[in-house]
Amino acid sequence: MKPKISLNSRNLPTLVTLGLFVLMFGVGSISFSGFLAPQNFLNLFIDNSYLLILGVGMTFVIISGGIDLSVGSMLAFSTMLSSSLLEKSHWNPMLVIPVVLLSGVALGLLMGYIIQIFELPPFIITLAGLYLARGLCYVISIDTIGITNQFWQDAAHAQVVLIGGAFISPSVVIALVVVMAGMFVSRSTKFGRTVYAIGGNEQSAILMGLPVARTKILIYVFSGFCSALAGIVFTFYTLSGYALNGANMEMDAIATVVIGGTLLTGGVGSVLGTVFGVMVYGTIQVLIVFQGTLNSWWTRIAIGFLVFLFCLMQRLFESRKGARGRKRVPPASAAAAS
Amino acid sequence: MAILKSLSRAKIFWPIVALAVLMCFNLFFTPNFFRVEIKEGHLYGNVIDIIKNASPIMLLAVGLTLVIATKGIDISVGSIVAISAGVVAMLIGGDLQGVPKYPIPYAMGAAVLVSVLAGMWNGMLVSRIGMQPIIATLILSVAGRGIAMVTTNAMIVWLYAKPFALLGQGYFLGLPFSIYIVAALVLLTALVTRRTALGLFIEAVGINPTAARFAGINAKNILFGVYAFSGLCAGISGLVVCSTVMSADGNNAGLGYELSAILAVVLGGTSLNGGKFYLLGSLVGALIVQTLTTTIYAFGVPPEIAKVVIAMVVLVVSLLQSFKFRAMVAGFFGKREFSV
Amino acid sequence: MSGMTPIVEMKKINKFFPGVKALSGVDFRLFEGEVHALMGQNGAGKSTLVKVMTGVYKQDAGEMLLEGRPMRPDTPLAAQKLGINTVYQEVNLCLNLSVAENIFIGKEPKKLGRIDWKLMNQRAAEVLKRLNISVDVTRILSSYSVAVQQMVAIARVLDTSAKVLILDEPTSSLDETEVAQLFKVIRKLRDEGMAILFITHFLDQTYQISDRITILKNGEFIGEYETGKLPKLELIAKMLGKELSEFAYTTNPDERKKAAAEAASDSGTVLSAKALGLQGSIAPFDLSLMEGDVLGLAGLLGSGRTEMARLLFGIDYADQGEIFVKGKRVAISSPKSAMMAGLGFCSEDRKNEGIFAELSIRENIILALQAKKGVFRYLAAKKQLEIADEMIRALGIKTPNSRNEARQLSGGNQQKVLLARWLTTEPIILILDEPTRGIDVGAKLEIMELILNLSRKGLGVIFISSEFEEVLRCSTRIAVLRDKVKIAELAGENMTESGIMRTIAGGK
Repeated sequence: MKPKISLNSRNLPTLVTLGLFVLMFGVGSISFSGFLAPQNFLNLFIDNSYLLILGVGMTFVIISGGIDLSVGSMLAFSTMLSSSLLEKSHWNPMLVIPVVLLSGVALGLLMGYIIQIFELPPFIITLAGLYLARGLCYVISIDTIGITNQFWQDAAHAQVVLIGGAFISPSVVIALVVVMAGMFVSRSTKFGRTVYAIGGNEQSAILMGLPVARTKILIYVFSGFCSALAGIVFTFYTLSGYALNGANMEMDAIATVVIGGTLLTGGVGSVLGTVFGVMVYGTIQVLIVFQGTLNSWWTRIAIGFLVFLFCLMQRLFESRKGARGRKRVPPASAAAAS
Repeated sequence: MAILKSLSRAKIFWPIVALAVLMCFNLFFTPNFFRVEIKEGHLYGNVIDIIKNASPIMLLAVGLTLVIATKGIDISVGSIVAISAGVVAMLIGGDLQGVPKYPIPYAMGAAVLVSVLAGMWNGMLVSRIGMQPIIATLILSVAGRGIAMVTTNAMIVWLYAKPFALLGQGYFLGLPFSIYIVAALVLLTALVTRRTALGLFIEAVGINPTAARFAGINAKNILFGVYAFSGLCAGISGLVVCSTVMSADGNNAGLGYELSAILAVVLGGTSLNGGKFYLLGSLVGALIVQTLTTTIYAFGVPPEIAKVVIAMVVLVVSLLQSFKFRAMVAGFFGKREFSV
Repeated sequence: MSGMTPIVEMKKINKFFPGVKALSGVDFRLFEGEVHALMGQNGAGKSTLVKVMTGVYKQDAGEMLLEGRPMRPDTPLAAQKLGINTVYQEVNLCLNLSVAENIFIGKEPKKLGRIDWKLMNQRAAEVLKRLNISVDVTRILSSYSVAVQQMVAIARVLDTSAKVLILDEPTSSLDETEVAQLFKVIRKLRDEGMAILFITHFLDQTYQISDRITILKNGEFIGEYETGKLPKLELIAKMLGKELSEFAYTTNPDERKKAAAEAASDSGTVLSAKALGLQGSIAPFDLSLMEGDVLGLAGLLGSGRTEMARLLFGIDYADQGEIFVKGKRVAISSPKSAMMAGLGFCSEDRKNEGIFAELSIRENIILALQAKKGVFRYLAAKKQLEIADEMIRALGIKTPNSRNEARQLSGGNQQKVLLARWLTTEPIILILDEPTRGIDVGAKLEIMELILNLSRKGLGVIFISSEFEEVLRCSTRIAVLRDKVKIAELAGENMTESGIMRTIAGGK
């Protein structure tokens, strides 16, 4: 049973994001001819499938109250590892994919373990992870490695045609599977709910007998897995591995999660919200392309501004809640207040 | 022995030891590491290069030291460097004859002013709206690079105005000019923080914000001030970066600098948990980071791989600061009854 | 009762912490179907006893029996598995999750490997119905009042095989109707056979709800009583460790105190508050303080003493009333503005609200003075040293050097550093919240002596202490508080321990 969607404070931010997306897409459709094409909508997913995958992993991390700065470099490392294994070692693609995914899992496990066991701030440890993964890229190669492998070529050029001739890429299918899995795990498994509980109040989660340590490590393992998978999807998109791939992409991932309504302080958020966040991100890019005169860097400014607005909204939300928590309002009005 | 003991208790001691060890390593394994030549009245050599190349990070580290002392963090400084570089480059202009569009001092002033405004923005979010520092500065770190690129119309702007090159490439009395900028900034900062009560208040706010408020300190203004100051330092750093390469690349200027600067501050003895801060320590920290990088280059390792080493340093430093880790080590060496 | 086997029996429990004997030889019995109140002042050992019972601490000596069989829970979780559950004052739930989830997380009903939300919500509603509460269980917990949150915490516990329910200060942030609602639930559970341990500092509530009372003082077992047979005054006496007969002897105000009272009466008012109050913190009160006056605030833990002090010093912002310093109305909106108006305040929480552990003693002392002077009029190092050394000498702070970190000092010396911090600002009014707590007897006497000396020099002092003896010893007048209300002011002959206690016990 899915929890029914009601207009309460929990999914308000997600609805705001959805509204924002509809508004922006609407503005685009009115202003530019050709904007409203189904393919234009689907391109949002095709062009951002890797970001979608990163976002799902990051959503779990942020809901738990942590942060993972390593995802951009991990993605780059994954592109390097897959391209090098394919082109230099001539491995079978069916072997390359699991090995690359496993490398992401291993790095995530390492970071999660250190964060949990030594009680170190995730910010610092994933920062070290950022450097480490980026450095490992250069250990593999300094130059771009093009991918000529047939399987990869097929994956890059294949189209999944939908009704009306519009199509999506296999990458989108992968991303959507990850999104569905993320939604299922976050809503319907004990692991998922424990992530929320940790983000809400770690101490309480421990006292309630939840497996906090294990869950916290697994969160980073999952994020590492997502980064590696996003890297593979990225190579489907670019057909090459390059050590500078995904520079600053951790910021994009965090931004889309925040715009998707997930609280940076943890405890509140949803995978679906992140999907909307990525759509908003993609729409801004497309709008700027259609507009034509603005350079693409306005995207970042717009994203930064949106992150600011969402943080501000969250902050006001928090302080209102804080005021209520600190002092009591008669019970009736407290229930009515939200 | 007693002298050694009191010496080792000084916070600056261990960073200097680390730097010295690195230097010694180079003395034996890197040929000509310490050779300094005099060409055209200027000093040249590895050591001089290290100091010169470390200048932008040192400048950032000065501002970050105060931010971290308040138990905060500023991850937007790399982006502010790019903004500052972009603004100064656009105002000087890429005239091939080297005729500046606006007088160079005005251009520099404007760039620094914009950077201070950026810092004030961070300060406002942290001190007035009450956002967590990492979140507040994340916003500008995302948007800042966009602002820098928009400023330069997404192009790399090349500069030919000779006088501006002094900042990053010039020499004064035989030494790189940027060293004097660093020295001036540190001196000024030390003066303002240690000759007024500012330093004490910053530390008090970092150690115990509640007690600071109860003692009548206006913590909000202190917080606002340190972020604005961090913006100022990033702005100056941006000028040096731009002058060194005589170009402004909004995409790459200052990329990843925030991380190196944070590492420099932490290596210098200022704790990420706030409190006592050590400006000179941060400078030594920046030198350690730069020496490490140079050493790795000297071994013919691609510069980018240096990042793996830096990652390891970050890891080791954080482990050393971890209470749990220390307890485990203590337990390992037989003091099990004290381990937690 | 004596015929039954207690659900929990603790025998001769000892618990030491470095330098402190937290519990020594404490006995405790909890029976099925009773509400048992655990009473005692600060440091009596209530929370230590509960923590031993719930597996947070391990006792150093003594035995614990659960239904007659020895038990030794290692962790709170182990205790929960044994059926011993605790609901804390600060509700230990996740405010970001739904009501139903808070009840079921970790043991969610599942269908085909996924959480069965429908069944979970249904069951949650049922459990809450058992407690006579009907709320929308799908809404997040933070959208409900603290009272409802407490009920949810209780409901979570009920779902397991709970035998014992420990309620640690559950009512401290509830209003009257909410308390009534909670008590209804407690009675219902009791009637169903649950053993309930109730810890509170509200006397009236103890009498309303509890069947029996166990009293602790200074880590020792004072006695176990049936509530109906223990008069309120006797309860207070036992909590303070006095025999009732002792109250017969009034502690006469000594000569000095009389003199001070006289001196105070014909000098000017330095501080007065009119109808000052903050909803939910402390009821509006009037207060006046003369030059050289020591006004004691007496009341049990949680009676509103600290709240009063925080309001006067601008830490909390009063929502009504006015403050006058030397007859002039002042707007006190922050500690800084209070300081500028001539007030000083030493918090009861030295560690979190007072001392800067990593700063030197000298810096700790001059900090408030420096804040008063402003950033730019920095005290020269030499001047700082002079001030610090003078204070160290005057207050007898035991340290080899003012450059040492404040964390190295003992509690008593840290307290003196705090006192010194405010004295250097030359305040007109000094508010001291529990300055004698957690320090040794010698230091206590020294601090009190200092207070008397200061008042002799004309300083107006507000002195807060849980020890009535200390309040009586130092004060020229005493304001008595109970349950967040200032209920009386005592002076002259009424200033006796029995006077204070009778005032507090006086009830409604």
